[in-house]
Formats: sequence, structure tokens, C-alpha cells
Amino acid sequence: MYRYDEFDARLVKDRVDQFRGQVNRRLSGELLEDEFKPLRLQNGVYLQLHAYMLRVAIPYGQLNGAKLRGLAEVARDYDRGYGHFTTRQNIQYNWVALKDIPDVLEKLAGVELHAIQTSGNCIRNVTSDHFAGAAFDELMDPRPWCEIIRQWSTFHPEFAFLPRKFKIAVTAAEHDRAAIAVHDIGLRILKRGDVVGFEVHVGGGQGRTPHLAALVKDFVPEAELLDYLEAIMRVYNRYGRRDNKYKARIKILVNELGTEEFTAQVDAEYAAQKGHEKIDLPQAEIDRINAYFAPPAFDADTGSETFEAAKAADPAFAEWAEVNLHKHKQAGHASVTVSLKPIGGAAGDATDAQMLVVADLAERYGYDDIRVSHAQNLVLPHVPVKHLYAIWQALDAAGIATANESLITDLIVCPGLDYCNLANARSIPVGQALQKVFADPKYQREIGRLHINISGCINACGHHHVGHIGILGVDRKGEEFYQISLGGRADEKAAIGDIAGPALKGEDVPQAVKRIVDTYMALRTSPDELFIDTLARTGAEPFKEAVYATA
Amino acid sequence: MPLLKDGAEIENVFVYLDGEAELKADQAVTLPLARFLAESGTLAGRNVPVGVRLVPEDDVGLLAPFLEWIQLVEISFPKYTDGRGYSQAQLLRRRHGYRGELRAVGHVLRDQIFYMNRSGFDAYETARADLPSVLEALNEFRDAYQPAADGRVPVFRQRNGN
Repeated sequence: MYRYDEFDARLVKDRVDQFRGQVNRRLSGELLEDEFKPLRLQNGVYLQLHAYMLRVAIPYGQLNGAKLRGLAEVARDYDRGYGHFTTRQNIQYNWVALKDIPDVLEKLAGVELHAIQTSGNCIRNVTSDHFAGAAFDELMDPRPWCEIIRQWSTFHPEFAFLPRKFKIAVTAAEHDRAAIAVHDIGLRILKRGDVVGFEVHVGGGQGRTPHLAALVKDFVPEAELLDYLEAIMRVYNRYGRRDNKYKARIKILVNELGTEEFTAQVDAEYAAQKGHEKIDLPQAEIDRINAYFAPPAFDADTGSETFEAAKAADPAFAEWAEVNLHKHKQAGHASVTVSLKPIGGAAGDATDAQMLVVADLAERYGYDDIRVSHAQNLVLPHVPVKHLYAIWQALDAAGIATANESLITDLIVCPGLDYCNLANARSIPVGQALQKVFADPKYQREIGRLHINISGCINACGHHHVGHIGILGVDRKGEEFYQISLGGRADEKAAIGDIAGPALKGEDVPQAVKRIVDTYMALRTSPDELFIDTLARTGAEPFKEAVYATA
Repeated sequence: MPLLKDGAEIENVFVYLDGEAELKADQAVTLPLARFLAESGTLAGRNVPVGVRLVPEDDVGLLAPFLEWIQLVEISFPKYTDGRGYSQAQLLRRRHGYRGELRAVGHVLRDQIFYMNRSGFDAYETARADLPSVLEALNEFRDAYQPAADGRVPVFRQRNGN
């Protein structure tokens, strides 16, 4: 994991001091709310329905025990004992007082966390594969490049007032767990001979007009990456639309120009860079950052017999182990998903006590490594299998051992109208009602991998466009309705879901989804054919009929 | 409106001439880009300073042939949220090598001035911020992760000893 040196620490400290000054000027009335807004927004402070909300960056989802403990203490001391993990691998606090925020940021700086650029029209938190450095199917660890991009984009003076927010994701695995196709820039790391480089995708995004990113460059060598990113950003900053907030994302620019013309403009800007404009990141710096991400000294005594014995003795553990473990590149190890999707809970929420449990487990058994996944769960990426039973018992006692990773109750859900002042409809209660229909663990496992994503408005924070089943809350004359879409996916076969038909009342959503699932179970050729594959094979018609069939 | 440059409040000797307003013989002026380009031949021979005021849509590359003798480029920010001026500034300084005064005008707020300075601005016309506050803003961050027009040595070079 990356650790701050004196420079990183000083930058974050300077930011805390700056923001303390800004808050003081706001509280004293020197700054008007209009003038304060752009400042707080670049520090992750939103004015929500009931209070200020603070969003803290978790760069590429990377935590350790000390960081998660710091986040837990903020939840306990400054919020109501909760934090909400987001699809940007960040955490949000919904009840922090403005006057306390400088103290919160100072405390977080002590564990090398910050809220820089977690909102505003700037380059946001870089996201990545939550199994980075652990996954069996990755070419290399993408985190060093995430960190390099994080540093380059932090306080970049030219790109702090872009037409709109800007999101970058990086993957290096065969199976894309970072959803690069729906990011403003999606980077896939690959190799040509010995040269590491990047496949560059631009213009993906969700929201009102969803687009999959266009392939703009099939190989940018690592030495040129930051200069190429600067070229993209400058073209966007100069020519992205600023006349209409809903047309301001880079996806609209790419779409209006066409991929070819957009690429030509970026290439022209890149070609025009003079020698002294090049960032020219020294190899020594790339090596320095890479060194922080060296794999842990893996335990050679993996003790897989004890793991097998525990599964045989405890069926509940065996069920969890079947669902919530991911294959690790190191023999005798696994990556553990700590589900923050208990049946009837709010997706992504964790209490301070739960965070402390996970922090302790990571330190004791997991090489002090923790991740946040974009699916709003926590991950212990490196665990010797001999410790899994002890981990499961501790998680179970804390209420975070739900065996549902990537199953139908592992919902992505935005905060919705319960918290968010952009929302048109509530998301959390719809998710809870759905979970109840599918609560039976055996039934969930029979259904298999199925992603349901729920957003409370068109801004799509709940990623409904790329859910296998997507649910979007809409407002119809003051009443909450929900539009269902089918066939979205966020992985290497990314697709935007198709709207099934007219929106439904909230109370009708769970049974409509149940009918979709029943249709799938009846149509699938075998239990191995996933919902998304059956849908691709049969087309959407039978499922659309199911949505509107009445019992 | 106060004009701040090099740690002091200075007098603004330039007059912005919009549209068709007549050039007076002894008056330092800034002109819109289109008018400047149209009259550049006669402007070059004047013995009082000449400047250009850019709006966010303007292509700064068009100024490249004139940057040796232009005394002032004003980049206007109709709204602080319109960040095109930062790219214009970086291009003028870094790509086209402009060395004269680069002034931010319009909706210029104290808390944007740090980024403006890094992008190559050296003068700020701002209604709301006073001098001590602006000087403080310029020094709020001691380090920078990336190279920019201000020539600061980025952190990655300091770390690696060059």
C-alpha cells in the first residue's frame, strides 16, 4: 500500500489548513454561500436534504486497519455511528456539522486520508479493481498507476474547473471489475513485448445519456500516459460543452465529434506538446511508487486442511465460503468479500463497530490490507485460508457475514430520496423490499450471479444502466415510480440496459422482478447459464412480458 | 476594481475598448481578439502599450505571431466555473512562450488565484479579494504534484533529486 512521504503529508496538511480558513470565512459571513459552494465542493462537502454531507476519498478503494479505524472513529464521534460506502469506492457521512469538518479532515490526514476532489467539476477519485494485487486473472497490479494518476490529478491547476466532473478507472485483469467502459476515461493495462502500456477508452458514462466509452488508443506506453491524459483533458476543457449541465460530460463531446475526430484532436494536441511541456515522469519515481505495492510476504503454511474441516463441520460457513471468496493468485489464499448488504439493510452502510471489526481482522489475519469495492462492499484481499473460519465467525457476530456476493441481494443502491437532494424517488426501501423476496440463501444461490442496481434519479449513482436488472426511480406528479431495464452489464462485455416499458409503482417492483427471475429459471438451459446469458440468448421479450404480466 | 500584481496593488493604465470605440493616440488599450487581429498591422506601430482581451472561446494560437510585442493579455472569466482560461494561460505561457503580463479579469475569486498563478497568470483584477488575502492564497500550498506554467519543481522531481 502507498504511504505518504513528507510531500504528500504536507499537501494534505496545507489543504486542511486552507479549508479551515474557508470554513471560518463562511461561518463569519465573509464568504457568501454562493462563493463557498465551489470551495466546499472541491472538498467533498455537499449540502444535502437534512445536513451537510462529507465525502471522503478512498483512492482506488485502498484501506488498511489504521485508515478504516480512522473512518470508524469519524462515524462514531462526528456522525451517528454510520458511514456509507459508495460506488466510487469512497465513504460518505450524512450528519457531520460544518464546523466540525476541518477537525474531521485533520484527523483523517493523520491516517493518510483526505476529501480532496471528491466533488466538483474536477478529476475525481481514481477507481480500480477491488481485487487488485490479489486476483488470479490480472496481468499486473494496477494500483501503482492509480497512485501515479492520483498524484498527477491532485490540485492540477488547469483542470479544476472542467465542464463537468471527471472519472478515471483502471483495470489490469481479464475480467473487468472496475467498469472501465462507463468512465470518462477507462484504462486497461496491457503489455507489448516488455513495454507496459494502456488501452485508452474515453467517453463512457451513465446519467441521463448513458454511453459506453470509445476506444481512442489501443496502446499508449506507460512513459507517455500522463502526457496523453493531459492532451485528453485539455481538449475536453477547451471544447467540452458548458452551455448545458446535462451535455457537459466528455461522453457528449466524444459523441458529437465522433470517435475519429475526437481522437484526431487529442492526437494533434499530444503532437503539439513541446519537450518542456512533457511531464517526463522519471523511471525512479515509477519504481518508487511500484515498490509500495510489492505483494505481502505470503504465509507458506496455508493450512488448507483446517479450512476444509471447518467447511465440513459448519454448513453456514461452507455456504459463505462458497459465495464470498474470490480466487487468489497465491496458493492457499483467498480474497474475502465482507458483504455490506444484509437483508433489509441499507446497501453500503457500515457502523463504526463493524468497521472496527474489519480493521482488526485485516491486521490480525489479512496482511493489514482492506479494499472498498464499487459494489459497496468491503474486501480483505489477502487471507490465508486457514484463518477464514475465524474471520467468518467474527464477521457473523458483527452482522456482516451475509453470503451474497454478486448474488441477487448484493444490490448497488444509491442513497436516494432518503438523503439526497437530487433524488426523485427513494432507493433504499425498494432495495430492502427486493431483498426480502429473495432472502432465502439457497434460493439466491440457485439463481446465481445476478446484479440488480437501483438509482433514485437519472444521475445514476446506483449504476442502474449497467445492472443486469436496473431500477430507476422517477417522479410522476409527486408519486414515486420505477423504470426497469434489462441486460446492462459493467464488465468487459459492458452494455447499457434496455428499458422494459412503462414505469411501475414502487410496491409492484419486487413482484415484477420476481417474475423476471421466474422466467429466467424456466428458460435457462442449465444452472450454469447466468441470467445475463439467458437474456442474451433469448432476447428481452419474454422478460418484458414477465414484468407486465399480472398474477 | 483593484488590480494586484507582484505582491502589490498597481494602477491599471490600460483601457478596454469594446466594439468600434475609437483608439486615442496616447492611450494604452486592450482590444477584443477579432479587432486586434484585424488591426494588428497598424497597432504594431503604436508607441503606447497594446493588449488583447480573450474570451473563453478564443483560440490563443492566433496570438502566436504577435506575442513578442503585445504588452498585456487579459483572460476573462465570465463565471469562475468556466475553466477554459486556465488552458488558455498554460498554452500562452508554455506552448507559445508569452512573457508579458497575463491578467485574470472578470469573476476572479480569491480561492481561484492559486490555480491561476500556477497556470501562468501574474496579475489579478478582483472585486472581492484584498491584497493580504490574495498573497495568502498564493502560498497556501507549498508543493505541487505536476509541472505547470509557474515553473515550480514538481514533487516527483524533488523526490528523485533533480
